[in-house]
Amino acid sequence: MLSRVADSIYWLNRYIERAENVARFVDVNLNLLLDSPVGVAQQWEPLVLTTGDLTLFKENYGAATADNVIRFLTFDAKYPNSILSCLQMARENARSVRESISSEMWEQVNDFYLMVKDACQRPDDLDLSDFFSQVKMSSHLFAGVMNATMSHNEGWHFGRIGRMIERADKTARILDVKYFILLPSVKDVGTPLDELQWIALLKSASGYEMYRKRQHRITPQDVVNFLVLDREFPRSIQFCLLEAERSLHQITGSSRGVWRNPAERALGKLRSELDYITVEEITQRGLHEFLDDLETALNDIGRKIRETFFALEVV
Amino acid sequence: MKLDDYDPGDFYDELFVERGQPRPEALPLVERINSLSIEELMQRQQSAQKALLRLGATFNVYSDEQGTERVLPFDIIPRIVSGHDWAWLERGLKQRIEALNRFLSDIYGEQKIVKDGLIPEDLIYSSKGFLKPCLGMEPPNGIWCHITGTDLVRDRDGQWYVLEDNLRCPSGASYVLENRRVMKTTFPLVFGQMPILPVDDYAGQLLETLLNLAPPHLDDPTVVVLTPGMYNSAYFEHSFLAQQMGVELVQGSDLVVADGYLQMKTTKGLQRVDVVYRRIDDDFLDPTTFRPDSMLGIPGIMEVYRRGRVALANAPGTGVADDKVIYAYVPKMVKYYLGEDQIIPNVPTYLCWEPQDQAHVLANLDKLVVKAANESGGYGMLIGPHATPEQREDFAERIRATPRNYIAQPTLTLSRAPTLMGDRIEGCHVDLRPYILYGKEIYVNPGGLTRVALRRGSLVVNSSQGGGTKDTWVVGNS
Repeated sequence: MLSRVADSIYWLNRYIERAENVARFVDVNLNLLLDSPVGVAQQWEPLVLTTGDLTLFKENYGAATADNVIRFLTFDAKYPNSILSCLQMARENARSVRESISSEMWEQVNDFYLMVKDACQRPDDLDLSDFFSQVKMSSHLFAGVMNATMSHNEGWHFGRIGRMIERADKTARILDVKYFILLPSVKDVGTPLDELQWIALLKSASGYEMYRKRQHRITPQDVVNFLVLDREFPRSIQFCLLEAERSLHQITGSSRGVWRNPAERALGKLRSELDYITVEEITQRGLHEFLDDLETALNDIGRKIRETFFALEVV
Repeated sequence: MKLDDYDPGDFYDELFVERGQPRPEALPLVERINSLSIEELMQRQQSAQKALLRLGATFNVYSDEQGTERVLPFDIIPRIVSGHDWAWLERGLKQRIEALNRFLSDIYGEQKIVKDGLIPEDLIYSSKGFLKPCLGMEPPNGIWCHITGTDLVRDRDGQWYVLEDNLRCPSGASYVLENRRVMKTTFPLVFGQMPILPVDDYAGQLLETLLNLAPPHLDDPTVVVLTPGMYNSAYFEHSFLAQQMGVELVQGSDLVVADGYLQMKTTKGLQRVDVVYRRIDDDFLDPTTFRPDSMLGIPGIMEVYRRGRVALANAPGTGVADDKVIYAYVPKMVKYYLGEDQIIPNVPTYLCWEPQDQAHVLANLDKLVVKAANESGGYGMLIGPHATPEQREDFAERIRATPRNYIAQPTLTLSRAPTLMGDRIEGCHVDLRPYILYGKEIYVNPGGLTRVALRRGSLVVNSSQGGGTKDTWVVGNS
């Protein structure tokens, strides 16, 4: 398939997944605040921090109030990772490859975009919680429509790789939020407030119920284990890597465990590292450091996919 | 109820013989419309428009900065062409395309028509669409104009005329298909009652036409649609047609000439391309042959074409037959190449470069329509009766300065069709652009794009000038 088309389907999926995750971030923080004991300061800055765009935010908004952060992450047309921008770009990408995707997919992206655009025009009378759940559902709907209406061909696999890499990255960032959210004091570790935050975190990954079925008790180690290493939960990092790897090998035709290009090597390497690492080792390395390295590795995989498949230079 | 007081006025009306008397082929439709309240009609109109927006059946407006996409205004009252008229039109269009294709072959070959003195050489060489680099070329199977959109109008007495030919990259076929899709949900019952000829095989016919150009020894030729990109006004159409045919939609940057062939950049390396349905103009096709500043084309593609290693549709150079001055010679061409009389007449045309004609044109600017020979989209026009004295003087000067560039025609009174305007049904002027494909044989898609002038009283139907569209129903003889 055309490199440009593969690239666009890949990014179409990344942008939609990204929009979904921004909605998750913000929504869970909104919920968390409602549960927080009076006197605990509202913490919106960590949310911006996890996007990696804190400087940009400070330049344009100043203080990290709830209003500012929500506006920035949700409606800011100039901020390239806002929900609005993601949908705009997803739609542009879809529009540029309409002939390669199913018309149902296009209609779903187009509807999704129109819904978000409409919401952005009247942010003040918007039920935020309702809006975020609409964003999440629209993203699921897109993934479902894509699975059910597009041939599971090369383009579909590139799309899935895009979605899985984006999701792995965002799950890492969601976990990292916990690192930045400050407890009022060190004594609060292990208290109900701490647990509340871990629950919020699981919820933002839609993982609360599934986690409970597996581990029952909420402990930081088990949450990390679940969100990083679980092989069955669809938002865990390892699950995403396994899926992405499967698609990558479907595209190239080589079997897993071997590599023929840098993208396969980088992805295979990261995936197998997670195959054998334990949560204790992660804690020893420091969760934040571990996640930071992981995000770097994911960026590297993204770059290598581009170099291998999308950026064919002909001299 | 709504159509009972509809007044066709002093015009040829596409649905009515006179007030209260629908044309026989339109009867079931008129009855259906009359059974609906105006509110219902408006509601259906809205949902049709909404459906088109959802489908993304939009066009881009260059000057419109805010959100460059718009839905082409769509009227839900279709225009009907009787099976009898259609059979005649179809014959006429086939004849015309046959003659034009012979002309193109001739003009880039032996130029017999020039040598025999039917068309002055100067006219050919001064035509913008004439491409010297194409002299001596022979496209596959001798076919130049694979896809043509011919604009037809009807005058006050109902007589059909060919208004112009579009042989470069005629747009609009996608709207024919999308409009029909929407109409089937808008008036499903009527479709059951009337023998409306289906338009849906256009994409299949187009694909066959393109495959017909591929070298015969290839088992599975690669066909692509070449678009200037997402910001082109007809991008929706490009992607729609590629999708309907199941072929790749490519941009210039996806293609490259390598190892003497045209190739596209895929995730698995380069892949040979055999047939290109190109939707970019000749001038932009190859910066090494035509405009050096073009970023849209593919350097070297013309050389590959010249060697017969890739087919282009339409063939480069067909624009010469698009020239409105050349248009005036089509009746002669038909006679010359086919030995027949032209079936669908041209609009009488004055050529300003002929002194006698020019004098007549300058003396009658208030009665004539003046058109630039090489413009399209409704640009470069003077509608004499509606123009101010200053505008007429401006055109008079232009004509005197470059007479070759102008033709003039009497103002026709275009036929009208009932159209929903706000909460009323009014007669609006229409034209018709059928699509003709020249593959193994000549195929005319039954119907075409009816464009409607949505500004009250306006004669200009171009989408870039505020026109809209209607579905066109060719009603077969049941």
